[in-house]
Amino acid sequence: MPVDTSPEKAIYVLETGDFQTLLDAVMERGHSIFGPVLRDGAITYDALHRDTDLPLGWNDRQQAGSYRLVKTKRKTFFAYAVGPHSWKKFLHPPSDMLCAAQRIDDRFSINEPDREHPRRAFLGVRSCELHALAIHDKIFTDGPFINEAYRRRRQDILIIAVNCSHPSETCFCTSLQTGPRATGGFDLALTEVLTSGNHHFIIETGSAAGAELCARLPVRKAARTDIEAAEKVTSAAAKKIRRSLNTEELRETLDQKFSDPHWGQIADRCLACGNCTMVCPTCFCSTVEDTTTLTGEHAERRLKWDSCFTAEFSYIHGGSIRSSTLSRYRQWLTHKLAYWFDQFGMCGCVGCGRCITWCPAGIDLTEETRKLQEKKFVIRRTNGR
Amino acid sequence: METTHTDARPAAAGGNPWLSRPYLVRKKSRETADTFTLELTPPAEDGGFIFKPGQFNMLYTFGIGEIPISISGDPAKPETLTHTVRAVGAVSRAIAGLKPGSRLGIRGPYGAGWPVTDITGRDVVIIAGGIGLAPLRPAVHYLLAHRGEYGKIILVYGARTPADIVHRKDLEKWRSRFDIEVLVTVDRATGDWQGNVGVVTTFIGGLRFDPSSCAALVCGPEIMMRFTVMGLRERQVADNSIFISMERNMKCGVGLCGHCQVGPSFVCKDGPVYRLTDMKDVFIKREM
Amino acid sequence: MEDLSRFLKDHPFTAGLNKKHLDLLVGCASNVVFKAGEFLFHEGDDADLFYLIREGKVIIETYAPQKGPIAIQTRGAGEVTGWSWMVPPYKWHFDARAVELTKALALDGKCLRGKCEKDHDLGYILMQRVSSLIAQRLEATRLQLLDIYGNNTH
Repeated sequence: MPVDTSPEKAIYVLETGDFQTLLDAVMERGHSIFGPVLRDGAITYDALHRDTDLPLGWNDRQQAGSYRLVKTKRKTFFAYAVGPHSWKKFLHPPSDMLCAAQRIDDRFSINEPDREHPRRAFLGVRSCELHALAIHDKIFTDGPFINEAYRRRRQDILIIAVNCSHPSETCFCTSLQTGPRATGGFDLALTEVLTSGNHHFIIETGSAAGAELCARLPVRKAARTDIEAAEKVTSAAAKKIRRSLNTEELRETLDQKFSDPHWGQIADRCLACGNCTMVCPTCFCSTVEDTTTLTGEHAERRLKWDSCFTAEFSYIHGGSIRSSTLSRYRQWLTHKLAYWFDQFGMCGCVGCGRCITWCPAGIDLTEETRKLQEKKFVIRRTNGR
Repeated sequence: METTHTDARPAAAGGNPWLSRPYLVRKKSRETADTFTLELTPPAEDGGFIFKPGQFNMLYTFGIGEIPISISGDPAKPETLTHTVRAVGAVSRAIAGLKPGSRLGIRGPYGAGWPVTDITGRDVVIIAGGIGLAPLRPAVHYLLAHRGEYGKIILVYGARTPADIVHRKDLEKWRSRFDIEVLVTVDRATGDWQGNVGVVTTFIGGLRFDPSSCAALVCGPEIMMRFTVMGLRERQVADNSIFISMERNMKCGVGLCGHCQVGPSFVCKDGPVYRLTDMKDVFIKREM
Repeated sequence: MEDLSRFLKDHPFTAGLNKKHLDLLVGCASNVVFKAGEFLFHEGDDADLFYLIREGKVIIETYAPQKGPIAIQTRGAGEVTGWSWMVPPYKWHFDARAVELTKALALDGKCLRGKCEKDHDLGYILMQRVSSLIAQRLEATRLQLLDIYGNNTH
């Protein structure tokens, strides 16, 4: 077994026929595996045990407002881009118990739920998603207050990244330097290499845990030609990406264009459905839902995903701060692309393209941002007072 | 340098920030038809409730929900936690319905308060509207307790009608002092009201203070604050000497839920008290 | 006279006027004192005299038969009681009543109108100040109408 003594950065080759050995080794290490599976006509993330649980031989075709699966001739493993799910559903679940309260006469006690402490492995994490994870890590675990449930779920995740070979038409990671090749934040990173004669994975280790896993696999050390072939896969992927987002002076530009009439044109198309916020891997807003049992003795508080596209989101007794669709779309976009820099020192968008694909109106934030950037500064129309 | 952020926060590291603790409702008094002041006793093991004027707590009523409410008591009396609540929604109505002896869930204190320690030596102009007096009440207590450290202290308070005036006893007590000027006005005079009539903003022009060395603390409905800011600017008060307290929807109180975002900040952790220079946009930009 | 001139220089409504104009104003001015409860003027009266308040408090009010007096706004030191003396038909629209001992400078509006007619520079300056006063009143009235305290819970 070709094991490096300095394992942090070793590169191996694993034949596709041996892929199950990787899954077995991960499970033996005590992790339950979550990765891409075919569900409801889309590639989603769920539990898997066998390599055959993966969407073998499937491609996706994505466009603004459209997602289709297509069968391929060869039994590819990861020949698709990201689907409607993101990893946030595991770490920051759509509904999560915060605390429970128990009433005894006129008193009550508030208790923390027993926290699950799962050992999980995420398989097939894309580079853009690693960046999204880093953003959530920053938001939830770096401030004076932390989301403790997130921290506990996050701490033992084993990450097996996959470098993109088939970016979708809605992807734009290259312009944000978030892909298509994973550069860090993983235990292992795979590149699926498929040529006329070969079909194997190039595995790059990114941590001691990753190296330890490789030591238990029937791998061979990658030759220079293997590494070059893998690099070709990601560089070819990068060339396929057509959309882009120019972040240069974007914060200032969006600040200036706060009253631009173009927001109204976007709002005319926007249904304020909130799909973009649900599929976005970095959107993190939540609300709290209170429920009581019929006897009124037991109450629960649950954290639920919320969307800045709803009227209730900015509600304070009597009305919403942001009552128009225009103001809500503007809130969403400017938070991600402008104020995120102020709050977290980074861009809130990773270029995964989900919001474009899953928008029922096909609104493309790269296109709308470009239009705002290209327009000359419009002097704010003042209404008489 | 901004030093208004509290060092009185609960231990931040670790722990579930959404967990509140049940406080005993010791006393409830009626301020107006729909506004009540509750005096709460912290659990004995907490050894009192330390906060800074202008900070808020999240108040939880069993099974109904949670709302952010400013602390309205005297910061020098940590044995009592005081909140003034107006019954306008499901949770605030439930809080208003609590009887002495019952429990209210509390977590906090959160947010940045009034910069009382940063404005020593200056004249202090406090302008409050409606129930906006409640978050300023701890600041008045603090300023009067440290009276020698400040120049003139002026409090201008506006309410809708005489029946809507909150903290009436305090206002009377403060008015009888010679070291604070108190001006109370109502939008609509009713009954035998002999005091001032007119919106608070109309009185700014006549106040006697030093605009070049003052701090203005403003709290009330956003429209009232906007017009008050205009009035202060007319008096040549600089934007960086004006402090306002913002109100936004809050679900977590600790910067994790996104609800109270306004431009580059979260009101719950960067506010609710802001220096006007940091919040200017909100006064210009609609629906931000 | 010296005292009147100094007061006019200090009062916000007349501050900044040049000596010539101040002298013209002094010619139309006199010191007055009202006890609590005394009326400065009544609704419908000719708006000939108006007042720059030096001390005290005046309430602008109207009277409704079944309701009694309805207060509209209070005026204190540094303020002016009204602007009807400058705008036709030169009639007061409300009552003005002192609620405490009030010292003021009464200016003869009718006399001033005559002087403004002769000296348009003075007329322009006073019109500017009166229109600014009207704008302030309008803004205050709008705010009162907005009933802004109805929607706030801190």
